[in-house]
Amino acid sequence: MNLIAEALAWLADPTHWSGAAGIPVRVGQHMSMTVAAVLLAAVVAVPAGVAVGHTRRGAGAVASATGAARAIPSLGLLTLFGLWLGIGLEASLLTLVVLAVPSLLAGVYSGFMAVDPAIPQAARAVGFSAAQVVWRVETPLALPVMLGGLRAATLQVVATATLAAYTADFGLGRYLFAGLKTRDYAQMLGGSLVVIALALLLEVALATCQRLSYRIADPAGARRTSPSPT
Amino acid sequence: MTPRPMNLLIPLAASALLLAGCAAGDPLADGSASGSASGSASAAPAGPIVVGSQDYYSNEIIAEIYAQALEAEGYEVDRQFRIGQREAYLPEIEAGAIDLFPEYTGPLLQFWQPETAARLSDDVFAELEGAVPEGLRVLAQSEATDQDSYVVTRGFADEWELVTVADLEKVTTPLTLGANSEAETRPNGPLGLAEKYGIEVGFTPIEDSGGPLTVKALQDGDIQLAIIYTADPTIAQNDLVSLEDNEGLFLASHVVPLASDDVDESAEAIIDAVSAAMGADDLIALNDRSVTEQLPAADIAEAWLAEEGLA
Repeated sequence: MNLIAEALAWLADPTHWSGAAGIPVRVGQHMSMTVAAVLLAAVVAVPAGVAVGHTRRGAGAVASATGAARAIPSLGLLTLFGLWLGIGLEASLLTLVVLAVPSLLAGVYSGFMAVDPAIPQAARAVGFSAAQVVWRVETPLALPVMLGGLRAATLQVVATATLAAYTADFGLGRYLFAGLKTRDYAQMLGGSLVVIALALLLEVALATCQRLSYRIADPAGARRTSPSPT
Repeated sequence: MTPRPMNLLIPLAASALLLAGCAAGDPLADGSASGSASGSASAAPAGPIVVGSQDYYSNEIIAEIYAQALEAEGYEVDRQFRIGQREAYLPEIEAGAIDLFPEYTGPLLQFWQPETAARLSDDVFAELEGAVPEGLRVLAQSEATDQDSYVVTRGFADEWELVTVADLEKVTTPLTLGANSEAETRPNGPLGLAEKYGIEVGFTPIEDSGGPLTVKALQDGDIQLAIIYTADPTIAQNDLVSLEDNEGLFLASHVVPLASDDVDESAEAIIDAVSAAMGADDLIALNDRSVTEQLPAADIAEAWLAEEGLA
């Protein structure tokens, strides 16, 4: 309990809230890293997930590949990328992208596959093009599950973005590494609390988005039902 | 009290058995057993000289060299290697369970005198001689060091003609130090550089303790300075240059034998010859053989002693 009190005191100290190493700057760095990693991962994962989900082919292969990718240890990957790309933010960004892709991809394709196949078939029958089926039929219906994938990916990335500080003066991980090495556990715990708060905040925001998306998926129906059983 | 001695003896006998069982692998068992049995730690001078080592590959090689050099002159040696950190083995040395141990001047001095201000090699050794507890002594220190140092790439050193840390003031481009994050606030980091040498450097945290990422960053030019141990084979393998630290930014850490009174004069002479023969480059070469060739300490020690004509 004493340590928690010290951590709270560390957080309350106004000197930790200003300057280039202050908490607001670090939070901004951490958030920008998180957003950039998730966006880059989405660039890879969304088209791939849509292709798999829409055609309903290759789901088994993608599922096993993403499952295996989830088992990659991020710190090891960071060292590997660091030896390839050098220190700085590129290696940690790439690591976080690799971390985020499986969750996003799984969310997209399983969302698409959860749509009752009769619905896209009916849309095609009334003259929708393939793009229209994807964009106007399947995407709205798959949205809640896709946002679930985004939630999972974001949560993982915001927690793991602390690794950016392994090879760069960047993000909230600085408090963790500096605290660990100098046995300044108040700083370490204080930094962790900020990461936790950030993760909870993002989680609540994305959960709200996900709830709203049910209205898009099923405008007429009950508010909190899953879009469609398989 | 009288009917009770058995109750006391049973756990004692049990622990003695346990200790005896561990004796082959547990270097501490010998000391505790003899300490409780006789109450005096002085072993018979004719007994074997107990040589210990830290749980650190480089230290084990040095201990093995001591052991083989003594054996070559007819001494009987009991090896108790890979004991652990200073907190674990120094009490055993002080208790007389270990007779000879390769140590490092600065860290050893700081163990006994945490407040010491000595940093430079000779000051540290002079203070260390006074700080050693009764029954122990440090023999002559070796030229070989194993301490933190600032390193730069060979190209960077040549470009600016760098030999010492003070030479860094000749560099007109911005300097960035890459090291574990604790260096940022410790006296051997940018703060100490500014205070002792008047040199301003930037700082980038690289949390692998002078490992491959740090070397990569040096070679890429992302950082110009890194903190790496002087005896680390990384320095030679990657053609890096250690800058001499004349102002004592880093605590001097020469290899020094810590010996008990059981190490007699002729044994001392043998160890002194080893220390005198071991230069800074020798230690690096020894470490390199261990890291790159993965040879056991005994083989590395044997080859080096033969090369130096000491055994």
